[in-house]
Amino acid sequence: MRRVSWFNVTSLTFGLAFLYLPMVVLVVYSFNANKLVTVWAGFSTKWYGELFRNEAFLDAAWVTLRVAVVSSTLATVLGTAAAYVLVRGGRFFGRTLFSGMLYAPLVMPDVILGLSLLLLFIAIGLDRGMITIILAHTTFSMAYVAVVVTSRLVAFDHALEEAARDLGCNRWDAFRLVTLPIIAPAVVSGWLLSFTLSLDDLVIASFTSGPSSTTLPIKIFSAVRLGVSPEINALSAILIGIVTVGVITTSLMSKRAIAKRIRDENRAET
Amino acid sequence: MAENPRKPKPPTDVFTPWEDPAAKPLIEFRNVTKRFGEFVAIDDLTIDIYEREFFALLGPSGCGKTTMMRMLAGFESPSAGEILLGGKSMVGIPPNERPVNMMFQSYALFPHLSVWDNIAFGLRRDKKSKSAIAARVDEMLRLTRLEQFARRKPHQISGGQRQRVALARSLAKAPKLLLLDEPLGALDRKLREETQFELMDIQEKTGTTFVIVTHDQEEAMTVASRIAVMEHGKVMQVDTPAKVYEMPNSVYVADFIGDVNLIEGVFSRPAPETCQITYDESEPPIHLDATPGIAEGARVTYAIRPEKIRVSADRPDDLANAAFGKIIDIGYLGDISTYHVELANGQMVKAAMTNSTRVSRREFTWDDEVWLSWRETAGVVLDH
Repeated sequence: MRRVSWFNVTSLTFGLAFLYLPMVVLVVYSFNANKLVTVWAGFSTKWYGELFRNEAFLDAAWVTLRVAVVSSTLATVLGTAAAYVLVRGGRFFGRTLFSGMLYAPLVMPDVILGLSLLLLFIAIGLDRGMITIILAHTTFSMAYVAVVVTSRLVAFDHALEEAARDLGCNRWDAFRLVTLPIIAPAVVSGWLLSFTLSLDDLVIASFTSGPSSTTLPIKIFSAVRLGVSPEINALSAILIGIVTVGVITTSLMSKRAIAKRIRDENRAET
Repeated sequence: MAENPRKPKPPTDVFTPWEDPAAKPLIEFRNVTKRFGEFVAIDDLTIDIYEREFFALLGPSGCGKTTMMRMLAGFESPSAGEILLGGKSMVGIPPNERPVNMMFQSYALFPHLSVWDNIAFGLRRDKKSKSAIAARVDEMLRLTRLEQFARRKPHQISGGQRQRVALARSLAKAPKLLLLDEPLGALDRKLREETQFELMDIQEKTGTTFVIVTHDQEEAMTVASRIAVMEHGKVMQVDTPAKVYEMPNSVYVADFIGDVNLIEGVFSRPAPETCQITYDESEPPIHLDATPGIAEGARVTYAIRPEKIRVSADRPDDLANAAFGKIIDIGYLGDISTYHVELANGQMVKAAMTNSTRVSRREFTWDDEVWLSWRETAGVVLDH
């Protein structure tokens, strides 16, 4: 089946190079011993060491991590609830409006979303800081969670919940004991997706962050404007590593979820 | 049994609570109507179901049988009227607070739980002690012969085993009423027949009242103590399988259950105690036994089952009715053969004969001229 033709090999090479060559270069130069980023002077991990002694970067990383964990958790709870209501709530007043609004952050340019959130925070007098970044990240990543969870819920056999109710569960117990464990893979991949989105967001964070709280992407961006330092390379390499792990985990989870759904469907047919 | 088997059993032994005016029904539908928007799914329905009954709701899809069941379970509530369970109104009581369990058509087994945990699910909700739950689950596993599958997940067992898990799970809480929604629909024919008898056996052992929804009339006839034949949200007839089959009260029921010949004609009483139906000038009238309650000259439909009609080469003299015709078609079904016979006036009549001899020695074949004959009591007269 698999044919190795020159055309395939060439397009694959160019495609991968186009996508990953910049990152490879970055990772390679993060191990450069030279202070000049573009001049190779032998292998060294000293910039990683420097990085871990840089308080400003470490603070920013710590803020980013906390923002990502909290906002993706909030987004997962809200996004799952929204998906559940949309799929199971039947018809209620404003349903169409709600479903349209829920997906709006997916297509809205980040700049507009960031600006509107900034205006809102100023209007209600909320001081900008970690809280506002968390709120902003929750807002946009909740939409992604809702999309992921909705697709799982649509394929979910409604009779399972009815069976749980029939066997003595109230609505909450039925959700907790039957629906949630079954849609768990989708919920988890929604969380991971939100986490990575939060981790690498620059635009919205720069609108909503305050002087006391700078996230890592903001820190990197402002540092680079003063010139690329090897430290930034090291930091970026670490970030690439984290995001890669996140993305691979998410895709594995959703693959497993799909395989499980197909198995469930086959089971229902036999 | 020391008793003489030929001696008819005294009538008290027979389970017929619906004939006892003192018996209290377990379930009462009182003028229940269910509307979905403009569509009337259940139309002013009143019906009583008694304890220990195996009650079948039978009808084509869309007749409202599933809606009735879902109202019993508490997933739908009536638009008008009320449903009583053990004398208590069920209005506004959610499914989890009803002494009713349901076996779902798709089985709805929880895929993330083992067979054992599926069966224990309802018991755990009742906050029973660990040992009580274990004892009950093991009892259910024994009842449904699933002991060796307790640790498996639902996708690791066969369709028939899943069906039994679903049954065990719905029986585990010892409900007053068990609802079965097309419980055998997903099984192949042979397994379905076996399981029907298993269901009856389990129903008898546990003494639970079963209400089964089915569109399969054979299934309803096999398992049920009484059948409600439904059509367009109305109950057409509620009776024992034998009565529904032998004494249908309408053309719809006669036609829906089994195979039937429907002959339209005019009812008359030429002499007291003798009744007849004239369906064609050139054919002799159909003789009936005394049929009270039908007016002279009324247009009626005569319903007669194919197996009540005998096919023979010569005119028999021991049966009251006989008609002459030609075999147009033969349907060979193995155990029986159905003959489609055209009478002189063009009326087609189906007659079924048991194939008591091998097919090579069959008496009749296509285009043979034969006599059809039947007793006065063989058919029923259905008023219009």
